[in-house]
Amino acid sequence: MELNQYLSMFIDESTEHLQAINEKLLELEQSPDNLDIVNVVFRSAHTLKGMAATMGFEDLASLTHQMENVLDLVRGSKLSVDSFVFDGLFKSTDALESMLSDIINGGTGQADVSAIVAVLKSIVSGEYKEAAAAAAPKASTGEDAVTLDQFQLSVLEQSLDSDFNVYFIRTELTEECVLRAARAYMVFRQLEDNGEIIKSFPSVEEIEQDKFDRAFSLYYVSKQPQETIVHLIEDVSEIRSATVTPLDHDSLKLIAVPSPAAAETAAASAAPVVSVDQPASAAPAKAAAAPAVHAVANRTIRVDLDRLDHLMNLFSELLIDRVRLEQLASEIRRSDLTETVEHMSRVSSDLQNIVLNLRMVPIDTVFNRFPRMIRDVAKTLGKKLELVISGAETELDRTVVDEIGDPLVHLLRNSADHGIETIENRRKAGKDETGVIQLRAYHSGNHVIIEVSDDGAGINRAKTLAAAIKKGVVTEEAAERMSDEEVYRLLFASGFSTADKISDLSGRGVGLDVVKTKIESLGGQIHISSKEGVGTTFSVNLPLTLSIIGAMLIAVGSEKYAIPLNSIVETAAVEVSKIRRVHGRDHLDYRGSVIPVIDLGKILEVPGYGLEDGGERNLVIIRKREKLAALIVSDFVGQQEIVLKNLGKYLNKAFAVSGATILGDGQVALIINPNALIK
Amino acid sequence: MSEEIKVIVFKLGAEEYGVEVEKVETIERIQHLTRVPKTPPFIKGVMNLRGVVVPVLDLRGRFNLEETAYTDASRIIIIAIEDLKVGMIVDSADDVIDVDTDTISDPPEIVGGVKAKYLRGVARVGEDRLLILLNLKEVLNKGELIQLEELEE
Repeated sequence: MELNQYLSMFIDESTEHLQAINEKLLELEQSPDNLDIVNVVFRSAHTLKGMAATMGFEDLASLTHQMENVLDLVRGSKLSVDSFVFDGLFKSTDALESMLSDIINGGTGQADVSAIVAVLKSIVSGEYKEAAAAAAPKASTGEDAVTLDQFQLSVLEQSLDSDFNVYFIRTELTEECVLRAARAYMVFRQLEDNGEIIKSFPSVEEIEQDKFDRAFSLYYVSKQPQETIVHLIEDVSEIRSATVTPLDHDSLKLIAVPSPAAAETAAASAAPVVSVDQPASAAPAKAAAAPAVHAVANRTIRVDLDRLDHLMNLFSELLIDRVRLEQLASEIRRSDLTETVEHMSRVSSDLQNIVLNLRMVPIDTVFNRFPRMIRDVAKTLGKKLELVISGAETELDRTVVDEIGDPLVHLLRNSADHGIETIENRRKAGKDETGVIQLRAYHSGNHVIIEVSDDGAGINRAKTLAAAIKKGVVTEEAAERMSDEEVYRLLFASGFSTADKISDLSGRGVGLDVVKTKIESLGGQIHISSKEGVGTTFSVNLPLTLSIIGAMLIAVGSEKYAIPLNSIVETAAVEVSKIRRVHGRDHLDYRGSVIPVIDLGKILEVPGYGLEDGGERNLVIIRKREKLAALIVSDFVGQQEIVLKNLGKYLNKAFAVSGATILGDGQVALIINPNALIK
Repeated sequence: MSEEIKVIVFKLGAEEYGVEVEKVETIERIQHLTRVPKTPPFIKGVMNLRGVVVPVLDLRGRFNLEETAYTDASRIIIIAIEDLKVGMIVDSADDVIDVDTDTISDPPEIVGGVKAKYLRGVARVGEDRLLILLNLKEVLNKGELIQLEELEE
């Protein structure tokens, strides 16, 4: 198709518009009377609809069309937004997102959106309110809407509670099918044998009298899994398609058009389900926090990430040649050559900054999906949560930004689930019912720090230690001597979880250790600080870039290694006699404390390596957080910018080595991982 | 179904071996290798292949054959399968031939001191030439590498 060339543009822009809709809806939830926000959402939805229709994604277009209808009413003050309308809009956005991701993955973006469309239509027609006013459990008879009455709904709810599966099934017969009623009957019988049909549309009578047009939908309760049901239906011949959608309590609430509205009229006291929804009550207080209109968009062009990676690689090659040239120039000692090389070095330093900056993107692209996530998490957990984001404009290397999303999701969920207490507990502790989670990003030297902090219960030292001892992570004696920070770090041990009950969100004990591993693989570190009753802060320290670092080259015997500058405290030369043997290990008095001395040549098993007796030792003092160690090296070669390369998949777990770099003479030098040398 | 495959022929001692041409990225002369500490002895280190760091193993060592000094004829065959890129040092490599898949038979238990699991089969070329085809997946099996590392610790 000719339109293919526009597909990537469509995907990019749709993603942006969807994100904008999501954000603005959240803002709108905070201040429901702000019609400006509605206008922004409406415009985004409108553009999206236009693009989708042009590209031929009919389902996407029709769903956005329905959203637009709802928004149009809101915009014209003909409809006031309540939590039911919001849920409908959010579910629509979710459906749009999943269609879009289907398109991104090469799919056709088709999806059965009839349930959501029905909800939106009922909002537009005002039916959901009328139904509530009449308080009569009467099923609506919208054209293709399949709505349920209170009784049917409660049957479905109860089925879910007693571990039955509830499905919404839409079946379509082939065009050639002549005996439509008979085929439909066969489908019905197959299903009846394995479960119970709660409601069908058109009704069974209408189907029997052939009063339907190839397709019919039904609500169905069964113990069978989804696949089995699909097979059951597809076993009948002349079936064109069968879509089986499993439903949960949430989606039932949405389908049950009359019930939430009824709950609304029945006032908040009688509606515990809705009271979880914090923004409605918290709105006036938080309205001020809503950010002002977005900054004017920059003039930008879109560049394929692969091209940037390629540019980066080419630049690294250049950097290697530059070092080589500098080396040659210093050997040849011709002033005009040296000058030229120096000039080239300066230009290439500037170039390096630009190339690295090109890859920097604001961390906002990761942060912007969190408000929505926290809102959903709050609903699931029945807690009141507020997420305060700052520093979203902080820039980080694209690769880091791509990778940091999942660990942050985990930390945020952890804070929401384990950090923030339940509403009752917060009340008891004299805190505000709404728990605050802060997500902060800021630069600090060559690093970016991202903090996730909550004002929850904090980490309970005794409980953590008890769990750790029970799980065999530490012994009782060791536990007593541990500092608070060390106790908190136990949370990162694998297979560790202190949650009393396993929840959907976290508490399976497989989370925080994965977070730690991921962050360390990005060259970063994670720390915890906590105060009982006051809250917990996770702080993630990430390097600005992963590709070029400053390093010191050293020689050990006949081999050369690089040590990252950020972990070097200083270099020194000391008399052999200053190094003392204590308990079979070498130690050194260093600025008032005793630090271990590591003979790098010995530990790296350098062939033909041996230390001379007497004389001086060259030392590199390295640091892993507050711990120090001294490395004995044969010689200091010099300091330079090096391009990080990995050792290849085959050797991805080499001892004490975090990667490699290529030196000016074309040889490979390994990069020492100081964290592996300090226990 | 008879099919022709192109294989690169190389030597270890007296035996001739073959690997499919598609899996070979390039063939290099012996060059400086940087030793990687605490790896199995058959891993000779990493090399700079036009800006990419590539691990290199000695195929003799990998097969537990006696390692010999490298000569002018020694070559590093760079293998690229899936996302794995590894160099293999061999005694010499100098031929590309077509092999009829019909002539490939299952390998005997041990050929030239090499265990059968590392081999894909033995191909007959011409009248009296036998070519041992390698099962690269097994030769470059990382699982074994990790086990070896654990043994050393």
